[in-house]
Amino acid sequence: MSNATMSGRQSPFGRLNLRDRIRDRDTAVYGILIIVALLFPLVTIYATGGTALVSHATYAGYWVLLAIGLNVVVGFAGLLDLGYAAFFAIGAYTYALLASPQLASSPAHHALHGNFWILIFVSMMMAAIFGVVLGFPTLRLRGDYLAIVTLGFGEIVPQLFYNFDQWTGGINAIGLIDQPILPAWAQGPWSGDGDFKIVSPFSFNTDPVAYYVLICVLIAGAVILVTNLYKSRLGRAWMAIREDEVAAAAMGINTVTTKLLAFSIGASFSGFAGAYYAADVALVSPDNFLFIVSITVLVMVVLGGMGNITGVIVGALAMYYVVFYLIPGLPQNVTSLANSVGLGSLNQSSGDWPGLGEATQRLNFIIYGGILVGMMLLRPQGLLPSRVREQELKHAAVQEEEAAVEQAHA
Amino acid sequence: MSEETRDDILQLTGLTKRFGGLVAVDNVSLHIKRGEVFALIGPNGAGKTTLFNNVTGLFQPTSGRVVFDGRDITGYKPHQVARFGIARTFQNIRLFDYMSCLDNVRVGRHVRMKAKVWDSLFKLPRERREEERVTEEAMELLRFVGIAKHANQYARNLAYGQQRRLEIARALATEPKLLLLDEPAAGFTPQEKVELMALVKKILTRGITVFLIEHDMKVVMGISERIVVLDHGEKIAEGSPDEVRKDARVIEAYLGKSA
Repeated sequence: MSNATMSGRQSPFGRLNLRDRIRDRDTAVYGILIIVALLFPLVTIYATGGTALVSHATYAGYWVLLAIGLNVVVGFAGLLDLGYAAFFAIGAYTYALLASPQLASSPAHHALHGNFWILIFVSMMMAAIFGVVLGFPTLRLRGDYLAIVTLGFGEIVPQLFYNFDQWTGGINAIGLIDQPILPAWAQGPWSGDGDFKIVSPFSFNTDPVAYYVLICVLIAGAVILVTNLYKSRLGRAWMAIREDEVAAAAMGINTVTTKLLAFSIGASFSGFAGAYYAADVALVSPDNFLFIVSITVLVMVVLGGMGNITGVIVGALAMYYVVFYLIPGLPQNVTSLANSVGLGSLNQSSGDWPGLGEATQRLNFIIYGGILVGMMLLRPQGLLPSRVREQELKHAAVQEEEAAVEQAHA
Repeated sequence: MSEETRDDILQLTGLTKRFGGLVAVDNVSLHIKRGEVFALIGPNGAGKTTLFNNVTGLFQPTSGRVVFDGRDITGYKPHQVARFGIARTFQNIRLFDYMSCLDNVRVGRHVRMKAKVWDSLFKLPRERREEERVTEEAMELLRFVGIAKHANQYARNLAYGQQRRLEIARALATEPKLLLLDEPAAGFTPQEKVELMALVKKILTRGITVFLIEHDMKVVMGISERIVVLDHGEKIAEGSPDEVRKDARVIEAYLGKSA
C-alpha cells in the first residue's frame, strides 16, 4: 500500500468527517442540547446566585421524558393516546406509596420505604403493565375510537386515586415522599456549595442540581434506548403498522402485540418520569395528572415534530417555556412594559377595565390557543419534523394543488 | 396421505365466503402442486382477490378448508399464515409509502428475525449482527428484482413498475414457499410484462411455488402451467392454458352469451 493511496482516503479522525456530522441535523441538535445542558446550571447559578432556574430546568426535564415516551406511541406507531397522564400518575403513585409514610395510615398499617433506584424500575414496570391492561382490549380499535378509550382511561385513573382515599389519601395527596440517596456525590462551586467536597451518603433533598443532573442522565439514557428501538426490527414494524396495517400483517407482523409493545413501552417511560416526579416534588395529588397534562405532552410531541426524537425534545422544551414561563409571566411583563413606554395609566383599573395586567391574566388561554394555532399554521410539520412527516405534508399540498388545477380546468 | 396430496403445497376444499347475502367465493376446491405456476383468472368481481384473502387469513372462510404444506391453516391470522410460508402482493399496491425501499424489504424479513425487545433496546451484538445480515439479504433481494439503486428512496417515489417489483421483493423477504401475486402485470407495458414473466421464472428457480391472479391472457398463457377460472365465485373450469382457452363456459363468462 503506497502513501499516495493512503493520503487519498479520509483519515478516520479527519476534520471532514466531523464537518459532515455537523451537517446532519440530529447530531447538531444533540450537540447543542448537550452543551446547553452542561452550561445551564453553571451560567444560571452564576448569574442569579440561586438555583431556582435549575429547578425549573428539572421540571422541564420530566416533560421531555414524557414527550419522548409519548412519541413512541404517537409518532412511531401512529396510535393516538389522549390518556398518557394516567401512566404518569401510576408511576408517581407507585413510588409515592412504596416510599413514604402513607401506607402506615392505610389498611396495611405499615409504611414502606423502598430504595429509589429500585422503585423507579418498579414504577416503570407498573406503568407498562397498565399499558398492557389498557391496550389489550382496546388496540383492536382504530384511530378515533382508540383515542376516545384512552381519553376515558386518562379520566378514570385520577378519579380512582381520589376515591381510594384509604390507600392514596385521596384529595389530601401523599406527602413526605422519600428522596433518592446516593452513596457519594461531589459538591463544589458548580453547584453553589462553595468548596469542593465529597458528601457520603448523599441525599437529594437539599440539592436541586443533583436532581438536574439525574434528569439529564435519565433523558440521555431514554434517548439512546428509544433511538435503538427506532432503528430496530420493532421500530420498522411500528412504522409499517402506521403506514399500512393490512400489509404489515401480511408480512408477518403481529399487529396486536406490536402495538401493545408501543403502548407499554410508551407507558413505561411515563411511569419512569412519574416516579422521578414524585421523588422530586415529594407530594403527589390526583390533580397533578389531569387531562391537561396529557394534552400538553401531546402538544409538545406534535409541535416538536412527531416521530423525530430531537424534534420532540425541542418541542417539549419550547412548550414548557411557553406554558410555565412565558404565559404566567405575561401579565407582569406587560404591566412593566406599559409603565416603561409611558402607558402606565393602562395599568390602573377603572370602571370595567381591570387594569392591563389583570386583563392579560384573563386572556391567558386565548394567548396560549393563539400560539398553538399560529404554530400549526406556520409550521404544521413541527419545529424539527421527521423527514417522513415533511414529505407527507409536501405530498398532501401538491395533491391539493393538483385538485385545484383540475377543478379550474373542469 | 396419498402421494398426490403430498405433492400439493396448497389445497382448498369447498371454500366458501359469504358477505351477508352475497356469495363471493362459492364452494371452490383446487390444489396447487409444489413448484408450479398456477393461475386464477376470471372476470371482474369473480371473487379472485376474495379467495386470496381467505387463503392469507385476511378473511375467515364461511366454510371449507385451506391446507397448506400438509397443515390446516383455516382460521389463522394473516401474520401466522405469513410465518407458515405464504407471502402475497396486493392488487392495488400496498407498500409502506414513507419507508425506504430497503426498509420495506427489511420489514419483510421481520418474521424470520429473532431480535427481542431487549436485544434492540441495548443494541446487543447479536442484534447488530442480525441487522447487518438482514440489510445484506434485503439488498440482495432488491438486486434480484432489479431496483437496488433505489434502495434509499421512499417507496412512494418509485415508478409504478418498480413499486410492483418492490412489493414482490418484500414478499420474497418473508421466505415464502408459496407466493401469491394479485394482478402483478396490471398497468404494465408489453415490455414490462415480458420482464415480469422473466422475473416469475427466476422466482421459480428459488423453489417457490407461484399462485397468481392475472387478467392479461398473454401473461397467463405464457407462464402458468395450470389455470382455474372463477365466475361469480364459482369454479367454472380448470386445466392447462390450451384446455381453458377452448372451454365454452370460459368463453361465455368473458364474452357473454352469444345471441
